[in-house]
Amino acid sequence: MPFIPHTEEDVAEMLDSIGAKTIEELFDEIPKELISGKLTGVPAGLSEMEITRLMMERANKDGFYQNFIGAGAYEHHIPAAVWQITTRGEFYSSYTPYQAEASQGTLQLLYEYQSMMASLTGMDVSNASMYDGATALAEAALMAVRAHKTSRRILIPKTVHPVYRQVVQAIVSNQKIEVVEIPFDVKTGQVLPESLSKFSQEECAALVIPQPNFFGVLEQVDELTDWAHKHNALAIGVVNPTALALLNPPGEWGEKGADIAVGEGQPLGIPLSSGGPYFGFMACKNDLVRQMPGRIIGRTTDLDNKEGFVLTLQAREQHIRRSKATSNICTNQGLMVTAATIYMSLVGPEGLRRVAAQSHANTLELVEQLESIAGVKRTFSAPSFHETALTLPTTTTDVLSKLKQHGILGGLDLHGYYPELGNALLVCATETKTSADLQNYAQMLKQLLS
Amino acid sequence: MLIFEHSRKGRRNYSQSPEKIASKSAIPKNFLRKSPVLLPEASEMDTVRHYTRLSQKNFSIDTEFYPLGSCTMKYNPRACNSLAMLPQFLSRHPLAPEDTGQGFMACLYELQEILKSITGMAGVSLTPMAGAQGELIGVMMIRAYHEARGDFERTEIIVPDAAHGTNPATAVMCGFKVVEIPTDKEGNVDLAALKAAVGPKTAGLMLTNPSTLGVFEKNVAEMSRVVHEAGGLLYYDGANLNAVLGKVKPGDMGFDVIHINLHKTFSTPHGGGGPGSAPVGVAERLLPFLPVPNVAKEGDRYRWLTEKDRPQTIGRLSAHMGNAGVLLRAYIYVRLLGMHGMHRIAEFATLNANYLMAELAKAGFEIAYPTRRASHEFIVTLKEIKDRTGVTAMNLAKRLLDKGYHAPTTYFPLLVPECLLIEPAETESKETLDAFVQSMKEILQEIETQPDMMKGAPHTMPVRKLDDVKAARELDLAWKPAS
Repeated sequence: MPFIPHTEEDVAEMLDSIGAKTIEELFDEIPKELISGKLTGVPAGLSEMEITRLMMERANKDGFYQNFIGAGAYEHHIPAAVWQITTRGEFYSSYTPYQAEASQGTLQLLYEYQSMMASLTGMDVSNASMYDGATALAEAALMAVRAHKTSRRILIPKTVHPVYRQVVQAIVSNQKIEVVEIPFDVKTGQVLPESLSKFSQEECAALVIPQPNFFGVLEQVDELTDWAHKHNALAIGVVNPTALALLNPPGEWGEKGADIAVGEGQPLGIPLSSGGPYFGFMACKNDLVRQMPGRIIGRTTDLDNKEGFVLTLQAREQHIRRSKATSNICTNQGLMVTAATIYMSLVGPEGLRRVAAQSHANTLELVEQLESIAGVKRTFSAPSFHETALTLPTTTTDVLSKLKQHGILGGLDLHGYYPELGNALLVCATETKTSADLQNYAQMLKQLLS
Repeated sequence: MLIFEHSRKGRRNYSQSPEKIASKSAIPKNFLRKSPVLLPEASEMDTVRHYTRLSQKNFSIDTEFYPLGSCTMKYNPRACNSLAMLPQFLSRHPLAPEDTGQGFMACLYELQEILKSITGMAGVSLTPMAGAQGELIGVMMIRAYHEARGDFERTEIIVPDAAHGTNPATAVMCGFKVVEIPTDKEGNVDLAALKAAVGPKTAGLMLTNPSTLGVFEKNVAEMSRVVHEAGGLLYYDGANLNAVLGKVKPGDMGFDVIHINLHKTFSTPHGGGGPGSAPVGVAERLLPFLPVPNVAKEGDRYRWLTEKDRPQTIGRLSAHMGNAGVLLRAYIYVRLLGMHGMHRIAEFATLNANYLMAELAKAGFEIAYPTRRASHEFIVTLKEIKDRTGVTAMNLAKRLLDKGYHAPTTYFPLLVPECLLIEPAETESKETLDAFVQSMKEILQEIETQPDMMKGAPHTMPVRKLDDVKAARELDLAWKPAS
C-alpha cells in the first residue's frame, strides 16, 4: 500500500478501539445510493522505478532547445543552492505559517522577501506573493478601484502582455469594472503620453504602465505616471524584476512615483517549467497597504521582547473577514518566493545588475546581427530592454518552424496577438546565451531567408 | 539575524552572475536607476547557512506530525518532486511549440482524464492555481451559465456558515451577494433554512462535503434537488475530497461544478503556503464555459484547446497553464498509487481520524459531534475547559508545539467555540497517533495542575508567544538599513 504504513494488526486494533468491524463500516453515514463503484479510470499503480522510467521517457521526448523566447517568461541562470535549499522538507512540506512560533523560518524568509521586493520596486511595502504576474495585475486593478472609491474604470495600454489583459478582463468584469484599452504608436512601440488626452474626459481609477512593455520597449514612465496623478488616477506599474536592477523603479517614476507595482516574479530563480508554478509580486505605497490583498508578514516581539515574525493585517483577509475581505486569495506561491529570496540573496545587487546588463547587451548584439540580414528590420524605434520585435520578409511561423528543426526556438510569433504588425517576431537573449549562440542563430536565419 | 545583517558592501558571489559584461547599452540615461537596490551582499556559504538555519525553525510534514484540519497534510512523496524537476521539464518555455512538449502534455492530458473519472464530471480544466482561484473560476462559470441563458436575475450565492472563508469572499469577488445559512445540531446544513433561502435570485450553492465540521452532509441529495428546482447550480468545494475519494463522486451527488485541491488530496507540496493547484470539473451543461487552455488528444498528438475551440469560455485566469509543475507532481502521485491506492486514501484517512477521535474521547476530550462518524477530520471543543480553567484552545495548540507536534486548526469552523479541527491524514502510523494521544493526555493533566504554564505556551520554540497586536499597530513590513 503506497505511503500507508498500517499493518493488518494495526487496522484490527484501531477498528476495535472505534467499535467498528470493518473500515467500510466507517462510511455508513453516506447514503447507499451515492456509493460509487471502482475508480476504473485510474490505471494500476507503478513502482517508483517504473514511474521514473516513464517520466524519463517523456522528458527525453521533449528534449532541449536553444531558447530565444521571452514574452513574459525568461531563461536565467539559477544557482544550484536555490532549489537545493528550497526543496528541503522544512520549506517544501510546511504550510501557511498560521502557528507563528513553529513557522519562524518561513515567516522570516517572507519578511526578507518583502524587504527585497520593496527596495527593488522602490515601494514602501510588498505582500508575500500572488499567483502570477497576470493575476497580480488583476488584483492591482481591483485594489485601485477600492482605493479610488468613485471610478470603476481602468486604462490598460495594448503594450501590456496580451494574456495579462485577458486575465484582468476576466477577473475585474465580475465586479462591473470597465477596462479601456489604450493604443500604442506603431512607429515607436510606446504609448504616447499625448495620446492619453482623449481618455481624460471620464474619470478613471488607474492607468497601467508596463516597463518594459510586451515588446521589450521602454515606456515613457515618468510622463505616464504624472498624467495619471494629474487626472486623479492611480499609477500601476507592471515591471520585470530583473530590469529593475538597471531601470528606474516604479516608486520613483515621475514626480510622485507609481502607487502600485506588480509583475511576474519568475525571472528571480524560477525555472521556465512550461509556465508554472511562478509567482506574482505586488508592492505599494504605505497609504494603500490596507487595501492590499494576500498575506503580509510583520516583524514584532515575543513575551521576552525577542524579535519574531507573524502574519499581520489579517483583518483584510478571507479567513477573518469572509465576504468583506479584500480578495479571496488564501494560498499563494510560498515555495516560489522561497526560491526567489534565496536567488536574490545569492546574486546580490551587483549580480542582478550584471544579469540585467548582460541580457540587455546580448539582445542588442543579436538584434544587430539579425538586422544585418536582408529584409529583417526592427519593428519599433524606441529603445528596449532584453527583448525586441523584428519584422521579417516572410511568414514568421515558417521561419520559426524551420529554426526549430535546427534546435532553435527563435522567438514568439507576434501575429496571433498583434495581426496589425504583419510578420513580426519577438526575440530575447538573456545572459544565458554566448556569442557563439547568437552567431549560430543569426547564421541559421540568414540561411533560411536567403 | 536577518540576511541583510550578513551583508558587507562590495561582496559578490563571482560564480553566480556574468563576469564579463558587454559594454553595449542602448538605455537612455533618464531611464536608469539612481537609488541603490537593497539586496544582501552575502557570501554563498553564509546565504546557504542562513536559509538552512531558517528552514530548521519550521515545523513541516517531513519533520513533525502536522494534523492541521482541512489542510490534508499528508506525506509528499519525494519522487513526485524529483521527477517533476527533470531538466527537460524545467527548461521548457511555456510558449514553445506544442511538438516540443508532447511528453509534458501527455501527463497533463492523462491527469485531466483521471480527475474526470474519479469525480464523475464531464470535463476538467487544470488551470486554477489554488483552491480560492478554483472557486472563483467555478462561480464565474455559474454566472456565465445563467447569463448565457438570458437569466440576469440570479444575484445570490448561498453559503453554509461552516464554509471556508474563501467561499463567501469568492462569491463577492465574483459580484454576487452572499446568503449565509445555518448548521443544525448534528452538523448538517439546516435544510429548512436552505429551502427558505432558495428562489429566483439563487445562482448557486457552495458546499463542502464532508463539511468543515468533519461530517458527511447526509442530505446532500435533497439539497441538490432543492437548489436545482430553484434553478440554481451546485458548487462542490473539494477541500475535503480526501475523505470520500473512491467512495462517492461529486458528479453522482448532483454537483455541477467542483474544484479539487491537488495540494491536499493529491499530495502536492504545501510549500509554506503555495503553490497550490485546484483543477475544476464541470457537468455537461457547463462544459462550454471551462477556462482555457485545456489539453486535447487527437490521434497520438496532444494540443492546447484555446478560445477558438471554446468560444464561450470564461477566459484565461493565468498567464499560461496554471501551476504546470504542480500538475506534474499530482500526475506522478496518482500513477504511483494507482486505482487501488486511490481507494485506500479515503479508507485510511477515515480510519485514522475515527481512531484518533475515539482515543481522544476516551482520554477525556469533548468531541463536538460525538454521535457522528468522523470523516477524515473531527472537532474537539475546549469550551468546558476554558470556562472552568481559563485555558484556551490556542493555549493547547501552542503547548502541542512544545511536545513536537504541529497544532490542529484552531478557531475554525467559527461556529464551534474553542475548537480544534484535527486531521491526521492516511500516511500517519498508529504509533504516531498513539504518541500524539499520549501527549494530549499529558496536556490535559497540565491544564489541571499548571494552568499558568499552559497559558504561557509555547516554551521551547525559537520564540515565545508573539505580539500580534503590536505587529498590526506598529507596522514593520520591510527591513531598512540603519541611517
